[in-house]
Amino acid sequence: MSTLTPPVIRERKRGGGPQNRDSLWAALPWVGPVLLLIFGVVLFPAAYMIYSSTRRISQAGTNVEGVGFENFATVFADPNLPRVLLNTFVWVIVVVSVTVVLSLLLANFLNKPFPGRTLVRMAVIVPWAASVVMTTTVFYYGLDRDYGIMNSFLVDIGLLDSTYGFTKNVATALGAAIVVGIFVSIPFTTYTLLAGLQAVPSDALEAAKMDGAGPVRTYFSVVLPQLRGALAVAVLINVINVFNNLPILRIMTGSIPGYSADTLMTYIFKVLQFDRRLDIASALSVVNFAVVILIVAVYVKVVKPMKET
Amino acid sequence: MSVSAPAKATIPPVRQDRVRKYGPDGISGRRLGLRIAVGVIIALVFLTPYLIMLVGSLKTRPEILRVPPRYFPQDGLQFGNYASMWSTPETPLPFNLISTLIISIFATLLVLLVATPAAYYTARFRFPGKIAFLFLVIVTQMLQPAVLTAGLFRQMLVLDINDTWLAMILINAAFNLSFALWIMHSFFAGIPKEIDEAAQLDGAGRLKVLFTVNLPLVWPGIVTAIIFTFVSSWNEFAASLVIMSTAENQPLSVALTKFIGQYATSWQYVFGISIVAIIPVIILFALIEKRLIGGLTAGAVK
Repeated sequence: MSTLTPPVIRERKRGGGPQNRDSLWAALPWVGPVLLLIFGVVLFPAAYMIYSSTRRISQAGTNVEGVGFENFATVFADPNLPRVLLNTFVWVIVVVSVTVVLSLLLANFLNKPFPGRTLVRMAVIVPWAASVVMTTTVFYYGLDRDYGIMNSFLVDIGLLDSTYGFTKNVATALGAAIVVGIFVSIPFTTYTLLAGLQAVPSDALEAAKMDGAGPVRTYFSVVLPQLRGALAVAVLINVINVFNNLPILRIMTGSIPGYSADTLMTYIFKVLQFDRRLDIASALSVVNFAVVILIVAVYVKVVKPMKET
Repeated sequence: MSVSAPAKATIPPVRQDRVRKYGPDGISGRRLGLRIAVGVIIALVFLTPYLIMLVGSLKTRPEILRVPPRYFPQDGLQFGNYASMWSTPETPLPFNLISTLIISIFATLLVLLVATPAAYYTARFRFPGKIAFLFLVIVTQMLQPAVLTAGLFRQMLVLDINDTWLAMILINAAFNLSFALWIMHSFFAGIPKEIDEAAQLDGAGRLKVLFTVNLPLVWPGIVTAIIFTFVSSWNEFAASLVIMSTAENQPLSVALTKFIGQYATSWQYVFGISIVAIIPVIILFALIEKRLIGGLTAGAVK
């Protein structure tokens, strides 16, 4: 199911000659700069954020005093939090599950040969390359009640009786954000599953055919089990990406006052930017970070990216 | 659909070739036609938002704010929008473009400088803590600036480089390092070690072996790493939103959000800028299409 890049396996087989085993000192010039960047700009801010979450910090960013877990008490007593967590949960579950189902269909389709397939694959890649901010902006404009072109299209094809202000109330703004979230998540997911599909050995498919299995049966008993690894990767990376997404919700629900349409991420950024409460934002971020670490732990456990080393 | 008709009309040798290529199970022309039709619909679904962007960027201001909207502009295509959009009152767009370029280019260079030796080294040599090192790289690949923005913001304040290009160069480089390292690692490892050993026998040092023997062979991996880092830095939003507070310093992704929520947004400019910002990265991504997955999933998908 899951293998690290083949190189590591090969290296183990060969055992490596003596000249290939270095001391830590010899390794440092080669890997040191990477460590410096990871420690300095990823791990240090993570630690600093955790530290900041236990301090009182002025709006100018000055460290005033240690307050222990007071910021966390404030966060958990926050009346907005239940709603924010519920929104986050719905947002992640709906976007990821719909994305994976649609991507599975799409990947299967794009795995079949037909003229022009490369062009269709290229079209699917576009939302992946394009800035999420810019993609979301088009949807925001398109769904405007008065001049939105998607809104009037929905009326023209008979799905709506009259144009509707989707971004003006909580439920429809979240719904629109979910649609955009799915739209921008499908390309990566489809490509991951496509890579998995291409790895399904053709002799397994031949054997199933020899045994007289129909296409549906073959799919569920031969193809899907082979896709487990790709599916696990796709689901977990999507969960992380969707959970941490800021621009889609920020733009789509941006005109809704208060916090009723916020997820954890948009909430953190409101506290950080508008309230300028670095300490509270840090405490919220630590909660968010803990969830991310949990997902990463599941990823490492399920996908076993280090299995071969 | 009628798409299948030409396939049937072709002369036998060509047709046989088609059948072999597209129909190992004897797929009929009708079925192939259906696939093409579905393919066209899928392509349209994914391209439509960007077509709306393109058409919108060529509309006049009254046209794009017209109620009810028209799908296609009636008063001519305004190519002049692409010239006038640079001096809009909302944000200094030329500065935003320069900021985005500088941050993306230098972040990419930094990644290349730092990740290439490490990728080569980890693919060739063993050292104490190598597994821990690779594990660290995999874990950081799962983190994004948005998760740590609160910490990064405060760190940059304390280092007194908040609201500078340097801050965003470091952040983009650090968070894209893992992908670049992985993709290059797998390319280096694909080169037989004997090539290195032959060069070493000729008296070449490790650095020389890396540059003269390996680099010419792993360029597809390097190009992938460069493009991925560049595109990802180009589109970065969350950390820039908080850290880049001066209008001139903000990258395009942040600057564009200033248009949204105004009474009468200049959508034609928003879309013009978006088209200018999106087309180059789409071309870059299309170039590395086949190699994107390998690096992103750290080899977890075979």
